Amino acid sequence: MTGFLALLSRDLRLVWRRPGDVAVVLAFFVVATVLFPLGIGPQANILARIAAGVLWCTALFASMLSLDRLFAADYEDGSLDLLLLAPWPLELAALAKCAAHWIVTGLPLAALAPLLGVAFGLPPDALMALAATLLIGTPTLSLIGGLAASLTLGARRGGALLALLALPLCVPTLIFGAAAIETLMTGEDLLAHIAILAALALVALATTPWAMAAALRQAGE
Amino acid sequence: MADLHFLANPARFRRFSQRVLPGLTFATVLGFAVGLYLALLQSPPDYQQGETVRIMFVHVPSAWLSMAGYALLAALGASLLVWRHPLAALMARAAAPVGACFALVCLATGSLWGRPMWGAYWVWDARLTSMLLLFFLYLGHIALSRAYDDPDRGDRAAAILALVGVINLPIIKFSVDWWNTLHQPASLMRLDAPAIHPAILMPLLWMAGSFLLLFILLVLVRTETEIDRRRLEIADQNA
Repeated sequence: MTGFLALLSRDLRLVWRRPGDVAVVLAFFVVATVLFPLGIGPQANILARIAAGVLWCTALFASMLSLDRLFAADYEDGSLDLLLLAPWPLELAALAKCAAHWIVTGLPLAALAPLLGVAFGLPPDALMALAATLLIGTPTLSLIGGLAASLTLGARRGGALLALLALPLCVPTLIFGAAAIETLMTGEDLLAHIAILAALALVALATTPWAMAAALRQAGE
Repeated sequence: MADLHFLANPARFRRFSQRVLPGLTFATVLGFAVGLYLALLQSPPDYQQGETVRIMFVHVPSAWLSMAGYALLAALGASLLVWRHPLAALMARAAAPVGACFALVCLATGSLWGRPMWGAYWVWDARLTSMLLLFFLYLGHIALSRAYDDPDRGDRAAAILALVGVINLPIIKFSVDWWNTLHQPASLMRLDAPAIHPAILMPLLWMAGSFLLLFILLVLVRTETEIDRRRLEIADQNA
């Protein structure tokens, strides 16, 4: 556990010293989202109807965009070899990296999305639901994206390949995340959707660290 | 399983496939000759779908095989990661594009069938969408296995991906079903609404069998090619 916390705080400190990396991802999220009203037109009823889906999709793209450096820096400067040699499980190390990624992208995305939702004319309860679903859904995105990042470590054209691998696997989270906000209009149970999102996150939490560790081991050979 | 381990040696596999290939080719051609005759000439047109029902004789077997192909990829991935069978990697490399082609054939014939039946080439139906996502998973597998300068790394990364994908496929299928029922009512006509009449079922089974033989044939031939390619690469490195 000390190793987990040490790695987590190291990654957070690295980001803290170069806040620009996170700012770029958040700026991408805002700019990409703002393009949709420009492309589709300013009709308020259409924008409110598509807001949840658009925000979920752009949040997904933004978190993919930031993932290709997740293991790459450690791979290049040799820290990954030390992690492989370290006397504690590689699964925990992979999990710590994903947790750090979630704290610096998932959390800010969830905090920023309601602000953009206001611009799309979402009602207040939908804004709350949007923040809640992103808060519970983005850990899944970090874990699946982390898996894709570990699989593409050292590959040619890593970034685009990472998105090709991760996006189909993120479909369930996207569907339930975006549908949850719609339940407020149709009167269905919001909690059921949030429970399914949490279930998806737990499945990802239970399975992806093993796959990530296997991928990192063969990258280190 | 012991018999399959026996085939893990590429040289032994080659001798096996050389012996099997002529008969398999003959059986495939014969199967398609009978199956196509039954499907295109012998079987009656459907009372609702008319002649377009014949598209199903290509569409349904390719859908089955594209799904079976992904299961094969996962099984090969597991045997590569567990036993490090050198042949499993080569066969996965050979099988992935074949499975992707069957998925594409399934999507293309489905959309050609959908135009006269549903009035649109593409409908965001749950079954169509999950087949499309399966096609994307195939593309990811193919791209990943060929993305490394060292082919062994690509093979093992793709093996991990195939295992993760096979765990996720049921979840994706379930969530896409949910998504579709939420967004549009299930108003689409389904092939399986009435039990299939024997006059249609027989040609369908013949075609499915022939497609299965074709799949095995293509995978065997492509695996041999991969073995040759790997030998040439190694000879190149040593020269």
